[in-house]
Amino acid sequence: MTEPTDTQRNAAYWRRNLQYLTVLLGFWFVVSFGFGILLREPLDAIRLGGFKLGFWFAQQGSILVFVALIFVYVGLMNRLDREYGVREESAGG
Amino acid sequence: MTIQGWTFLLVGLSFALYVGVAIWSRARSTADFFVASGHVPPLLNGMATAADWMSAASFISMAGLISFMGYDGSVYLMGWTGGYVLLALLVAPYLRKFGQFTVPDFIGDRYASRPARIVAVGCAIFISFTYVAGQMRGVGIVFSRFLDVEIETGVVVGMAIVFFYAVLGGMKGITYTQVAQYCVLIFSYLVPAIFISMLMTGNPIPQIGFGSTLADGSGVALLDRLDQLSIDLGFVAFTQGTKSTLDVFFITAALMIGTAGLPHVIVRFYTVPKVSAARSSAGWALVFIAILYTTAPAVAAFARTNLLQTVPGRAYAELPSWVHNWESIGLVQFDDHDGDGHVRYVGPASDARNELVIDRDIMVLANPEIANLPAWVVGLVAAGALAAALSTAAGLLLVISSSVAHDLLKKSFVPDIDERAELLAARVAAGLAVVVAGYFGIRPPGFVAQVVAFAFGLAAASIFPAVTLGIFSRRMNSHGAIAGMIAGIGFTAGYIVHFKFMAPELNTAAHWLWGISPEGIGALGMVLNFAVAYGVAAFTPSPPARALELVERVRLP
Repeated sequence: MTEPTDTQRNAAYWRRNLQYLTVLLGFWFVVSFGFGILLREPLDAIRLGGFKLGFWFAQQGSILVFVALIFVYVGLMNRLDREYGVREESAGG
Repeated sequence: MTIQGWTFLLVGLSFALYVGVAIWSRARSTADFFVASGHVPPLLNGMATAADWMSAASFISMAGLISFMGYDGSVYLMGWTGGYVLLALLVAPYLRKFGQFTVPDFIGDRYASRPARIVAVGCAIFISFTYVAGQMRGVGIVFSRFLDVEIETGVVVGMAIVFFYAVLGGMKGITYTQVAQYCVLIFSYLVPAIFISMLMTGNPIPQIGFGSTLADGSGVALLDRLDQLSIDLGFVAFTQGTKSTLDVFFITAALMIGTAGLPHVIVRFYTVPKVSAARSSAGWALVFIAILYTTAPAVAAFARTNLLQTVPGRAYAELPSWVHNWESIGLVQFDDHDGDGHVRYVGPASDARNELVIDRDIMVLANPEIANLPAWVVGLVAAGALAAALSTAAGLLLVISSSVAHDLLKKSFVPDIDERAELLAARVAAGLAVVVAGYFGIRPPGFVAQVVAFAFGLAAASIFPAVTLGIFSRRMNSHGAIAGMIAGIGFTAGYIVHFKFMAPELNTAAHWLWGISPEGIGALGMVLNFAVAYGVAAFTPSPPARALELVERVRLP
């Protein structure tokens, strides 16, 4: 069996990156534009403590999810970098 | 000690700290000056980015805006944080891998085109200048309110401080000063917020107090009380809005995408050591920003509830002392139309029977007084507001300086300039930019305040598509990118100028294109940019081999 070429490996790495981006940006869209804006009125019927849920997503929840999404991406990409041996060791690029 | 004494002391100490940091971290090379030689640890870069990003508007005005806009204020909260997800996933790591000095550097190299670079430089300089003038104005206003000096004197003092550390230290000096400024600004934002949360709800964490019941023993949730008070006085409920859903959608999108296209934010990611650090650094930046951005709406709701509970219907003479304090400098105005000595405060704002006009900025500035906090907290808020304004101004000045010295001189018109001369040119350009910004701060052209908000739309319609297409589309060539940038920024600027300056009387939802306000039109400008870019690229030659090699290179860490 032949080893995949560098070009094939690079293309596979890029495809995985694009898959992560698609999923994470899907969450990004749903919590802000979805829960916080388009679906706010139906969600406001649900209470979260003293908050209406749609309002909470618009002013608190979406921001917390944004932070989480970036760190999930950081973790996924660090793993992918190691898997493909493209993790840079030293400073400089 | 008096309030003014504390303010002078704390502002003076914070300025001494910034100058000390600047001397310790002065720049010795162009790499130091433009990108701090790429040696900034991700956590510190995140802090510096947060300070760079959060301007006088975030610190002073945002909570006040939300307290008057209620749900509609969510556009700023989601818009100015969600952009960091786009930055971390779609922009920062690839530009760090590219590893040059400026945003036009990337656009110029990727499209192998000097015209593309120059169009990008034009966008970057225009966006940065409109922004920086607002910061200098903010510095002047804080000085005049808290230290009782003329706005002009305040602007000159602010200019001198920024001049000192931006010209001496470049990106390296700015970065470490911004770290110090972040600490000052977040501490001074949280202290009064925690006290006022305790006062209103008994819970010290503002984000939780925001959703708790009131501390007055009524058992009613704060937001429910606020909605009821608002409706009783004729305002719309706080948790509802008056903007259309579509407009909220477009404004949020324009602010998010604009954030990911602002040059002074993007360049911060050139300063970290490697690609993985660029990713995590964007995460840290958003953590530090989110601390303030989740506190702001809570402060807005507390302040609004407090205002509606204490002011309407009260006899003028019985109003709390903070109302009179802020009235003396014109931020609160009371006009007793019906002469009964009581304050009538009713909505909507256009109601002619309304007797009280409140400047939204006092929601943050007066917080320490509303919560009866000691004098030193007031001084702290002044130091924090100055930190927010100065840190953003410095980041913007660096973009202007590097655009002139690096993109226009070194890369476009005087390619054989040596490093020492380029560094000198960068310092001279930074110095000149400080002076021009100061001039606009003292004599703001009437449109500055309005234009600042639109800088996001312009960035969304020009720089963001050019950068992301350069990374994600192998097929995109210089013709497509240039046509896209010009179409995007032309359409967006044209729409804004039409409704804001040429025909302001038509600036209502009925006349807007599909009900999209000028604030949100940048999102549509971005769509247009993408469409034009793909259309033109389909009929023009593929990009040259060196551009394709660059695309392959930035896609891998």
